[in-house]
Amino acid sequence: MAGSNTKQVTFHLRRFEPGKDAEPHWEDHSIEVTPGMTVLDGLWKVKELSAPSLAWRSSCRMGICGSCGMLINGRPRLACNTQVSELGSAIVAVAPLPNFDIIKDLVPDLRPIFETHREMLPYLLRDDTAEQEDPTREYRQTPHELEQYLQFSYCIKCGCCMAACPTVATDAQYAGPMPLGQAHRYDSDTRDAGFDRRREVLAGGSGPWRCHFAGECSQVCPKGVDPAKAIQLMKRQLVSDLLRLRRRTPPAAVAEAPHGTMRDDIPAAPPRTVTEA
Amino acid sequence: MQTRGHPNRLGIRGWVGGGRWGFERYMYTLHRLSGLALLVYFTMHIFVTSTRAVGPDAWKQTMSVVSGPLFTMGEYLVFAAFAFHAVNGIRLGAIELGFAVGRPIEPVYPYQTSVGGQRRLARAVLMIAFVVALWGGLDFFVWK
Ligand code: SF4
Ligand code: SF4
Ligand code: FES
Repeated sequence: MAGSNTKQVTFHLRRFEPGKDAEPHWEDHSIEVTPGMTVLDGLWKVKELSAPSLAWRSSCRMGICGSCGMLINGRPRLACNTQVSELGSAIVAVAPLPNFDIIKDLVPDLRPIFETHREMLPYLLRDDTAEQEDPTREYRQTPHELEQYLQFSYCIKCGCCMAACPTVATDAQYAGPMPLGQAHRYDSDTRDAGFDRRREVLAGGSGPWRCHFAGECSQVCPKGVDPAKAIQLMKRQLVSDLLRLRRRTPPAAVAEAPHGTMRDDIPAAPPRTVTEA
Repeated sequence: MQTRGHPNRLGIRGWVGGGRWGFERYMYTLHRLSGLALLVYFTMHIFVTSTRAVGPDAWKQTMSVVSGPLFTMGEYLVFAAFAFHAVNGIRLGAIELGFAVGRPIEPVYPYQTSVGGQRRLARAVLMIAFVVALWGGLDFFVWK
C-alpha cells in the first residue's frame, strides 16, 4: 500500500544472460521505495515483483562481506550500504562493477583480484614456523605500530576501488589498488618479515609504479581503507629501502610470559542477581 | 588475465569516466595527455631542427612552413602543456614519495582520505600552472 512516505523509483538495471545475450542491455523496473530502503532491498523487491531471474551477489547485507559491490548511479558502491534516498534521484541505475568480466547481470568475476591478492603473500611471513603453527603467546606490538596498518586491514575485498581506478581501466597487467593496498598492509606490520619477498612480487609493470594517484580508489572505498595512501607509502618504503635509508628491524618477538605474583586485593565478584529456579 | 565472462574493462573511457568524485582524476588524465603531446612535439622538434644539417635552404624552407599563426598557437599549447606537466609532475613526485598523503589513521565515518589531504597541493598546482601558462600567453601573443 502506498503510504505518504513511499516514493516511486525506477530501477534501471544492466542485464546480461550468458549464452543468450550478445551484449548487455538496460531494463527498467518501477518499485515503491520506503524510507531507509537500500539499493540491495530494492533489488530484492524487483526480483520478487518483476524480474525473477535477476542475478547479483550479496550475503551479509551490512557492509562486511564485500560481495555486493556494484556501479550505482555511475559510482562503485556497496548495494547494501547505499540507501536509495541518499542517491537523491528517481532513477537508480545499477550495473555490474566495471573492469571485471560479467558472469551474469550484476555479477562480476572477481577471481582476478583474488588471484592477484594471493600473489601478494597477504599473511605474516616469518621464520619461526613452529611458533606460527602452534603459538605459545601473541607477538608483541604497540598501539602505535598497530596504527600503521590497521586502516588498510579493514579492506573487505569488494572490488569497488578496482572498478574506479583509471589505470586498471586500461592496463590489465596492473595489480590494482586492492592487492597493492594489502601488500602494504603486511609490509607495514612490525610482526612481518616478508618485505623482500613481496618486493620481488611488486617489481615490474604490474606493481605500484603504475599508480599515478588519480585517487579514485580512495574516494569510492566504502570502508575508508584509502588504498591510494597505502600505495604511496609503499613507494616511499621501496625508495627508502633502495637508498638504504630504511631502518630494518627484525620482526616483533613473542611477548614475554606474564611474571610477578597475583594481587591479593582483587575484590570478589558481586553476588548473583538472578538465581536458578 | 584470460576472459571468463563478458568483457567489461572500461579502457580509455575509464580515464574520463569518473569526475563525480574528485578532480585528481582529470589531473591524471591531463597529465597523460600533456605528456603525449610533449612527446609528439619533441619528435617534431627533432625533425624540424635536423633539417638545418641538410643545408641553409632546407632550413629556411622548413622554417617558413612552421612559422604561421597556426603553428604559433600550437607552440603555445605545447608550452601550456609543459607548464601543467612540469608543475603537476612535481606534485606527483612528492606524493609518490609519500609526502602530503598523511599517515595511516583510524577510518571513522565520514572517512578522510589521502586525496583530501593533498587537495590544497593539487589546487596550488593548478593555480601555478595557470599563472605560468598565462605569463607564457602574454609572452607569445602580446609582448612577442
Ligand atoms: S580497498 Fe576498499 S574498495 Fe578496495 S576492495 Fe578493499 S574495501 Fe573494497
Ligand atoms: S590512486 Fe592509484 S590505484 Fe588508486 S585509482 Fe588512482 S591510479 Fe588507481
Ligand atoms: S551484502 Fe555484504 S557487503 Fe553488501
